[in-house]
Amino acid sequence: MNFDDTPQEAAFRAEAKAWIAANAPKQYEDELKKASLGRIQLRSANILEVAKAWQKKKADAGWAVPHWPKDYGGRRASPIERVIWQQEEGVFGKLGALFIIGHGMCGPTMMAYAAEDQKRHYLPPLASGENIWCQLFSEPAGGSDVAGLRTRAEKDGADWVINGQKIWTSGAHYSDYGILITRTDPTVPKHKGLTMFFLDMKSPGVEVKPIKQANGQAEFNEVYFTDVRIPDAQRLGAVGDGWNVSLTTLMNERMAIGANVATGFPELFEFCNNLMLEDGLAIDDRAVRSKLASWAVRASGLKYTSFRAISALSRGERPGPENSIGKLVAGAMLQDVATYALDLQGAAGVLSGPDDAEAAGKFQAMLLRSPATRVEGGTDEILRNIIAERVLGLPGDIRVDKDVPFNKIPTKGR
Amino acid sequence: MNFDFSDDQKQLRDEARRFLTEKCPPKAVREVIDGKATYDRELWKGLADMGFLGVAIPEAFGGSGAGHLELCVIAEEMGRALAPVPFSSTVYLAAEALMLAGSDAQKQKWLPAIASGAAVGTLALFEGSGNPSPGAIKLTASNGTLNGIKKPVPDGAVADFAIVAARTASTGRETDISLFLVDLTSEGVEAKALTNIDPSRGQAEISFKNVKAELLGPANEGWSILTRVLDRAAVLIAFEQVGGADRALEMGRDYALDRIAFGRQIGSFQAVKHMLADMYVSATLARSNCYYGAWALSTNASELPEAAAAARISATQAFQHCAKNNIQVHGGMGFTWEFDCHLYYRRSNALALGLGSLSYWEDALIDRMRQRNAAA
Repeated sequence: MNFDDTPQEAAFRAEAKAWIAANAPKQYEDELKKASLGRIQLRSANILEVAKAWQKKKADAGWAVPHWPKDYGGRRASPIERVIWQQEEGVFGKLGALFIIGHGMCGPTMMAYAAEDQKRHYLPPLASGENIWCQLFSEPAGGSDVAGLRTRAEKDGADWVINGQKIWTSGAHYSDYGILITRTDPTVPKHKGLTMFFLDMKSPGVEVKPIKQANGQAEFNEVYFTDVRIPDAQRLGAVGDGWNVSLTTLMNERMAIGANVATGFPELFEFCNNLMLEDGLAIDDRAVRSKLASWAVRASGLKYTSFRAISALSRGERPGPENSIGKLVAGAMLQDVATYALDLQGAAGVLSGPDDAEAAGKFQAMLLRSPATRVEGGTDEILRNIIAERVLGLPGDIRVDKDVPFNKIPTKGR
Repeated sequence: MNFDFSDDQKQLRDEARRFLTEKCPPKAVREVIDGKATYDRELWKGLADMGFLGVAIPEAFGGSGAGHLELCVIAEEMGRALAPVPFSSTVYLAAEALMLAGSDAQKQKWLPAIASGAAVGTLALFEGSGNPSPGAIKLTASNGTLNGIKKPVPDGAVADFAIVAARTASTGRETDISLFLVDLTSEGVEAKALTNIDPSRGQAEISFKNVKAELLGPANEGWSILTRVLDRAAVLIAFEQVGGADRALEMGRDYALDRIAFGRQIGSFQAVKHMLADMYVSATLARSNCYYGAWALSTNASELPEAAAAARISATQAFQHCAKNNIQVHGGMGFTWEFDCHLYYRRSNALALGLGSLSYWEDALIDRMRQRNAAA
């Protein structure tokens, strides 16, 4: 048992470290460190421009998406090298938030299903951040039940004509391309009538509207499709095979390892270490300590769980299922930590914003953003189902709509 | 990074599991629970023959000198099997204290006897309610003579010797405490078995009346030695807890697959699936914290005190969580004497207390995190 790099890993790390030290936009380091949950803003510059510039610089030196093949803009780094790169990129990795969906989901789906000339055309600018991609899956009627989606694609000559609505699309308003799952046959059971495409987000008939969230911010969008035409050449996978294609996308989402999920614990620890209560520092209070200790071991448990996964990668193995607990643990914790931090502030906990609230309002912002963490990218309940079924081997849910033609499934509860 | 046990260590774990599956089935645990034996002497002999008792004891003192990572994997299996033997008292507490602070003569006398299974040892720390603290120790030692009462003492009624925490001064400081090594066959020692929530492991009251004892380690340094012994034992017991948690989770999972109600496997109901998924989460977090504790223990890292407290808290929570919800998954059958669920429930709650309860370790963890924070 040790935490040491192998000689090859150490060499890769040294190369990455040196390049980052020489090239990273250090003028934003402090701001990025302090950036809280949700969309990052910079005081002095447009985040989109800074992020694109950093990504382009990385691309020119072959660091854009290190684990991709060279022809598509990567350097064929191994899974463990990918983790080492993330560790070294550190706080500057936050600038990659805009590209996560494109690099983590759209790119791998294109790699698996697009034609070779399309890959060579679309993937390098996706890698370099010159093009931003989004993923058009969720719908008002299909959240956890993605396959319940209703956006129609109908064949018309060499094109498909798209009508419908997507929701919760991150970054649609600044995306150049998207991958889109549609229903091409409503007369067969829901998983069988789906087809995947990619499209230019500037196509006529695509309308993007930001969603004002419960916390007042707008990180996501609704996307409306009105008679949008997509050439059949932009179909990914066979007609009716969209569900399997989407599984490729989603599996890639879950392969992201070593990414630090925010738990709120370091912030709470620091807060309690400085907060004066009536009879002394909060951290000296028995009740506070008990809460802190329970959260501390959840945070450290997540950290060392990711170390176990990294060790498996380093040995050239696939990480085990234990990595699936990350967001489930972190999401609930974030919400609980924020609630408790406000409780410690007493009546003044109600104040928000950088000027009047304790700790520059970070816990109030965390409180209001955290419900989304427990929903986005798989709700707590879906994640528990995944653990129960895929890790523990328990039976899948009984699906009453499994063999029913999609257009015969009821659409209203009452 | 190689944050995992080696192939050899994993093989040792498999070997221990095979051995315990055969020699320590639930029936063996029940023999002790039902009061037919104070502990499983045949199993104890077998553990000695397998080399498990002396796995972390140096060869010079009769052990195999393999190390603490090896002891961790064995501990996990001992916890999983609920082994009804005085393993933790003898190996994690007494042997660790001897190895940390014993004189050469003391080590020569007791460590080979531990490794061979000839001697059972324990740590006599507590004196009634309360968590480990120097102020709670009233038993006195003057001129090498002990007077006082210790309870609960784990495996105290079957132990051959004990490390006893005694008061050698009354200044109100940690240095008031010294450790003594006592042969429990000495005159003036009286041990009485006490009933407890987990009868598969004994608890006792031991009274000391003018008992002659020898110092273990330097006088007045007892508390600092003891703190280190507790940290080391915390990691090892945490592995027992993780082993127990995993087994309780498996039992719940297996029952959820077998049991039919409302015309379907109960494991197909989300209420049951989600309960089991949460048990898996607890057990996984605990295992990962324990691995870090194992690393710190095996390398004598300066991080050990913090790592031990984290492993202890996480594993305590996980075993209690898995053991109680295993009963819940089993429903009424889980509350019968016949089903094994209560054996894990009992053990999970006994292990949660033996080294000091959660609040002691929560305090320890936060103190240690603050120290690191201040140093950084």
